[in-house]
Amino acid sequence: MSNPTMISATVATDPVADDLDLKARGPKPKPFFTPKRIVLYSILVVACLYYLFPLYVMVMTSFKTMPEIRFGNIFAPPLEITFDAWVKAWSTACTGLNCNGLSPGFWNSVKITVPGVIISILVASVNGYGLVNWKFKGSEVFFSILIFGSFIPYQVMLYPLVMITRELGIFGSLPGVIFIHTIFGMPILTLLFRNYFASLPEELFKAARVDGAGFWRIYFEVMLPMSLPIFVVALILQVTGIWNDFLFGVVYAGTQNYPMTVQLNNIVNSAQGSPEYNVNMAATILTGLVPLIVYFVSGRLFVRGVAAGAVKG
Amino acid sequence: MANAEALSSLPRRGVAGWLRNLVTRNVSAKIAALPMIVTVLVVFIGCTGWTIWYSFTDSGLLPSNEFVGFAQYERLFRTSRWNVSVWNLIIYGSFSLVFTLTIGFVLAVLIDQKVRLESAFRTIMLYPFALSFIVTGLVWQWIMNPTLGLQGTMRNLGWESFTFDWITDPDMVLYAMLIAGLWQGTGFVMVLMLAGLRSIDDEIWKAARVDGIPPWRAYLFIILPMMRGVFVTAVVLVGAGIVRLYDLVVALTGGGPGIASEVPATYVYDYMFTAGNIGQGLAASTMMLVTVLIIIVPWAYLEFGGKGRKS
Repeated sequence: MSNPTMISATVATDPVADDLDLKARGPKPKPFFTPKRIVLYSILVVACLYYLFPLYVMVMTSFKTMPEIRFGNIFAPPLEITFDAWVKAWSTACTGLNCNGLSPGFWNSVKITVPGVIISILVASVNGYGLVNWKFKGSEVFFSILIFGSFIPYQVMLYPLVMITRELGIFGSLPGVIFIHTIFGMPILTLLFRNYFASLPEELFKAARVDGAGFWRIYFEVMLPMSLPIFVVALILQVTGIWNDFLFGVVYAGTQNYPMTVQLNNIVNSAQGSPEYNVNMAATILTGLVPLIVYFVSGRLFVRGVAAGAVKG
Repeated sequence: MANAEALSSLPRRGVAGWLRNLVTRNVSAKIAALPMIVTVLVVFIGCTGWTIWYSFTDSGLLPSNEFVGFAQYERLFRTSRWNVSVWNLIIYGSFSLVFTLTIGFVLAVLIDQKVRLESAFRTIMLYPFALSFIVTGLVWQWIMNPTLGLQGTMRNLGWESFTFDWITDPDMVLYAMLIAGLWQGTGFVMVLMLAGLRSIDDEIWKAARVDGIPPWRAYLFIILPMMRGVFVTAVVLVGAGIVRLYDLVVALTGGGPGIASEVPATYVYDYMFTAGNIGQGLAASTMMLVTVLIIIVPWAYLEFGGKGRKS
């Protein structure tokens, strides 16, 4: 190994290098393709193949015709790209009694997700805000039980909630399933908002109070405008969570309002006759498209949102 | 608002005083917190209590009030489908936990090595997490199709003896489910671990290098213990997800072949809604709750040190 002092001594006495400021600085750069690096990248690439493989198969299969699929080569790209399977999946595939494809399911999912996201986020953000700035006796206790309750398996509360929603007249309807999503979204979202509001400077709130503003005014005029980042995170969490849900949709939404996930499962697993794999795959992609788009568009924020949902206490 | 003068003449102490404060102090906040309070009381406490209570009754198609003691539980433990479900969950859960954490950690370590294209790798590994379990289950069901999926393809390409029919093999179907489950969940744990690794001070790495400790040792004996918090969070989250395992089973195998991939959640749903035996469903879900409590309560006690102390 060369002696660093020797190098600097040599370089330091070179008048030309001095003049042109060409002295070597910093540690000697390592060559890129060391064996260690090659192994590292190979492992990562292999891992990526594992993650990308199903996506590749989904897409390829959906563009093939059934005779082609029966050839039995899931790696092969389609000989000719056909959109027949996609059209069938969207408009004529059979989901139980009806054969209207996935499009009713898609619109149901939209009708469930949009109000569900808005309501659950509004309720939870007000909760978080109240817990931080307007503590009252017992508020922390309720919050702790809320968080504790988020660990209870849904199955435990499934049937009594059926009875409650029946009493309220919303069982088997869109408001019913939206109601359920609001309830079960509350723990994580409230935690998210509470942590965020707790990190805002207290002076802001105090100044507004001094100005004579009350609970709601401060919420709308001070807190909301400052909370855009956390609202985006909550939005991402809820859109993916509600859109991808299956259990609540199948129990509380009612047959007319089944979300896309339930319709998808019906198309594939309850099909009569020989299965049409290309239609199945096209339907699967269609169902996964919305949360995937949200994921790719929001990138880093998604990671932060998911990790934020993981931060406890 | 009520008449301030009239209110100020009300008692300040005792129960009446408490009632007065309840209604006048901080009213807006209390009203705004009503959804949370109602949810906690009615849903988390009330519904859970109802389920536990009625699991001791003879409920069939509709809830009944006929008390039968532990009869539902006795029947539950005698039903082979339940016992198989529990055992399946234990096997799947243990493997899932171990592998998810290990793979997640290893991937995080690899990505943390100042890799170029880090964003690309991360995006690719995390996208399955954005998908529904139904989507995951269905695409892997297709891939694992013995005739036309991976096995069929390999055989058609010339590799005659290639076998991958786990999904139709009662002994191996759980491992097939594991492949799908890991595909969906490891990316998330990897991201968590990466965040944990990144939060470790640079000085630690430098100190380890100066001391001449080989990297693998540094990771195992210095870094891992420092990431205890992240590991605990990951374990809790993966664990909570495992107990709830339902969508994936429905989509991938429907519980089959036979009852080889049944899990408690499918047992609850089938008995409660399809078979019209609410009592069994309630008893089964109470058992699910008991399992969760056995895991959560000791953890909560360790983390938060008993009542009254918030972390």
